[in-house]
Amino acid sequence: MEWEVVIGLEIHAQLACKSKIFSGSSTNFGIEQNTQASLIDLGYPGVLPVLNQEAVVMAIKFGLAVNAQIAERSIFARKNYFYPDLPKGYQISQYELPIVFNGSLEIQTQNGLQKRIGITRAHLEEDAGKSIHDKFEQETAIDLNRAGIPLLEIVSEPEMNSPKEATAYMHKIHQIVKYLEICDGNMQEGSFRCDANVSLRPKATSKLGTRTEIKNLNSFKFVEKAIAYEIARQEELLNEGKEITQETRLYDSDMDETRTMRTKEEENDYRYFPDPDLLPLEIDKSMIEQIRSQLPELFEAKVQRYVRDYGIKENDAVKIADTIELARYFEKVTAVFNSDNKLVANWILTELLFVLNRDGLSIDQLGVSPESFAQLLQRITDGTISGKIAKDVFDSMVHEKKEVDVIIQSRGLEQISDVGEIESIIVEVLETFPDQLQEYLDGKEKILGFFVGQVMQRTQGRANPSIVNEILKEKIKNN
Amino acid sequence: MERYTLKNLVAMLRSRDISSHEILEMYIQRISEHDSSFNSYITLNQDAALEQSIQADRLIESGDPLPLTGIPYAGKDIFCTQGIKTTCGSKMLENFIPPYDATVISNLNNQGAILIGKTNMDEFAMGSSNETSYFGPVHNPWDLARSPGGSSGGSAVAVAAGLAPIALGTDTGGSIRQPAAFTGITGLKPSYGRCSRYGMVAFASSLDQAGILALTAEDTAILLESLAGFDPMDSTSVEADVPKYSGLLNVSIEGKTVGIPKEFFDEGLDAESEQVFLDAIKVYESLGVQFKDISLPHLGLSVPTYYVVAPAECSSNLARYDGIRFGYRHDEIDDLDDFYLTNRQIGFGAEVKRRIITGTYVLSAGYYDAYYLKAQKVRQLISQDFKKAFQDIDAVMGPTTQTPAFKIGEKIDDPVTMYMNDIYTISANLAGLPAISHPCGFVQSLPFGLQIIAPHFAETELLNLTHLFQQETDWHQKQPPDLNEA
Repeated sequence: MEWEVVIGLEIHAQLACKSKIFSGSSTNFGIEQNTQASLIDLGYPGVLPVLNQEAVVMAIKFGLAVNAQIAERSIFARKNYFYPDLPKGYQISQYELPIVFNGSLEIQTQNGLQKRIGITRAHLEEDAGKSIHDKFEQETAIDLNRAGIPLLEIVSEPEMNSPKEATAYMHKIHQIVKYLEICDGNMQEGSFRCDANVSLRPKATSKLGTRTEIKNLNSFKFVEKAIAYEIARQEELLNEGKEITQETRLYDSDMDETRTMRTKEEENDYRYFPDPDLLPLEIDKSMIEQIRSQLPELFEAKVQRYVRDYGIKENDAVKIADTIELARYFEKVTAVFNSDNKLVANWILTELLFVLNRDGLSIDQLGVSPESFAQLLQRITDGTISGKIAKDVFDSMVHEKKEVDVIIQSRGLEQISDVGEIESIIVEVLETFPDQLQEYLDGKEKILGFFVGQVMQRTQGRANPSIVNEILKEKIKNN
Repeated sequence: MERYTLKNLVAMLRSRDISSHEILEMYIQRISEHDSSFNSYITLNQDAALEQSIQADRLIESGDPLPLTGIPYAGKDIFCTQGIKTTCGSKMLENFIPPYDATVISNLNNQGAILIGKTNMDEFAMGSSNETSYFGPVHNPWDLARSPGGSSGGSAVAVAAGLAPIALGTDTGGSIRQPAAFTGITGLKPSYGRCSRYGMVAFASSLDQAGILALTAEDTAILLESLAGFDPMDSTSVEADVPKYSGLLNVSIEGKTVGIPKEFFDEGLDAESEQVFLDAIKVYESLGVQFKDISLPHLGLSVPTYYVVAPAECSSNLARYDGIRFGYRHDEIDDLDDFYLTNRQIGFGAEVKRRIITGTYVLSAGYYDAYYLKAQKVRQLISQDFKKAFQDIDAVMGPTTQTPAFKIGEKIDDPVTMYMNDIYTISANLAGLPAISHPCGFVQSLPFGLQIIAPHFAETELLNLTHLFQQETDWHQKQPPDLNEA
């Protein structure tokens, strides 16, 4: 039978608030265990939660960015279950009335088409603490620094039909939260993680099949591979006429497989009910409009502006605007160096990305400021160095952390544009290779490149290529 | 043995007839002599209190005292007190020493008041007789064989027996008013949101409210001025100005209209109690109050509604007592489940367990709609009943309880009978309304209380009515017989 894959994602984005969602504790990552846990985070007798308004503003920003409805009134609920890293014995979340609902975004499918994916809801909740099972023998340690960290849980409609679509959607959400600066998007640190719901149904039918949920996927690659594995697993079972068990599964990236975590029968009854310690969250229209007016420029608008105002190709604009860091870098470089935007785009998309990928660096770790990068491009356009030399200079900038002009001067890399100097080198080359000169004169014009190469070799690549070409042709003609 | 009002003590301190240190020594002396009969205190704050009284005397000397400088008060052992054991009447918190003060505690301390000790209570405030306390029952000074009511039984007895001039309690379903009625004192449950709940160990968050047990309405008014107010740490506290209650007493009540709900007289109220109440009404009539028969049609549903909502919230509020970060922790355990089960099995008493189980049940999948959701709807109806009634009347009056204090052991094995104790008081909690109970006579030689319920934030109305009643009567001055001999 032909099966259609149906995927829905629940993404947990850790909100980039300075303090926790219901207490004043800091949200810094990587601090000594249990030092950022106040009495409220510890669930001490008598303490009460107070909602962090910054988290509310961030949730609204997200809602507006995905054209969702913002609830005038939303409710915090308690999700009750016992676990040692859940200090109160319940997690404060939103259940029946979330702050954001009915949104959507567009992804590009494999065949290049735009596809709309619905966002059912996004709700505010607190994170639990962390259980550390591998630090002490026979004992589990609890770190409550994470308890109460604000999360936005973003739930999609089950409208993705392949692993690629799922990662495209996840990528889009990642892009949006980073553009909005409401989440640092750091997946290694768990700031952005995902649960995937996967089911299969016979092609051209509408009733959803039994789904499984794969928990805690913290990279795009894992999402794609876990879903692909799960599809194959379910397909095999269904083709054998077996039934899918509704259950929660875990993805083991070492084995590249998913495994049962708990079945539906083993699920907790969370006994959700409205948290009596928190009033309903009421948001008036003027607050929404004020936040809307302060929304930053988002991806689509940026691409359009790059094409319109910077004159770069749409394809390039899309690639640059893909991550907010790259876009910001591009804008800072062009703010200093504005004579050739295409050169900037070109250099960012080739040389810069090449180095980042090769060295596994983020743009902040690169150590080359946009101003320095602009200076490098300036030296190309003003003829001080050739584009080829510039690549070496850039490499040195990355590794030696020196400024452009310092590198050029200390190594004597300035381009030779002096006609007389180049002419004498050309004369020397032509005299050294009379046979090749004859071949050229006999009509083998390709050999010109050989002479150019010889000139470059004698100048360590510093000769201005256009001047070399010009004089070379002239010399040969007059020979 | 004389019982001093807060107002008296302030006057005596100001006129230097007595020092704060002498006051504290007097109360500590009384407690050590008499409390073995009552068991009203769990923990005494003796040394720190005496130390603070010396500082208070210096401040009085300097001529710049705060409103409550040097005045002792007792706090129900449900309020977190920094460095002072806060047991909540439970083995679970037998050795719990909070690292912080509840807001109401710091509100009083900031006005110069001195915490003399922590009073006994039903475990986690779950009970109407003070018999569920892990630290043993409290005895009613009017008859030691009788219960003082609960859950703020320790606070009520401390005030009634002259072991504190005034005390803090909490009221979730009647836990201030019923003990006040049973011990012949005045008890105020303010409007929900009037006083901060921060630092008050939660039982049922949407119903819990801190309040006052005192000898007079006037004392209650004075203390409420310091106690009440918005707290940024409690989202459910209300940002409303705190009136100068004590300056708003003695306002004529002529022409006020008070409603008497016929539902209070349906069943369970005996003839003698009813007569005492009706006699008290006459006092109000003589002051110009007009009475009107009203109906609060859903009042009869308040007890079952309460016993769904309160356990539901408590089942969740008490989940934090797992023995990991604080509270009772058993050493020998097999695994995580055993750890939870053992700690909670040993740490909690029977009534607390009963309510956790009930609450867990009513919130469970498949039962939520039938119980919790339905109870919330009925709660709305009860609120609306009051709202409608208050369009035509200024306050509602009725007896605080159906009977005077019952005997210890009489009802403890019959939870439903025990729960019916709060039949008159619970509706004010469900509707979030302020309510007061004041002494209005005696039934079988035991004090009997009259309850007044007013619209949201109309505490002034309650205090003024009660104050004027207390100007005309001396029920509130009646002391337990043994006290007179002591």
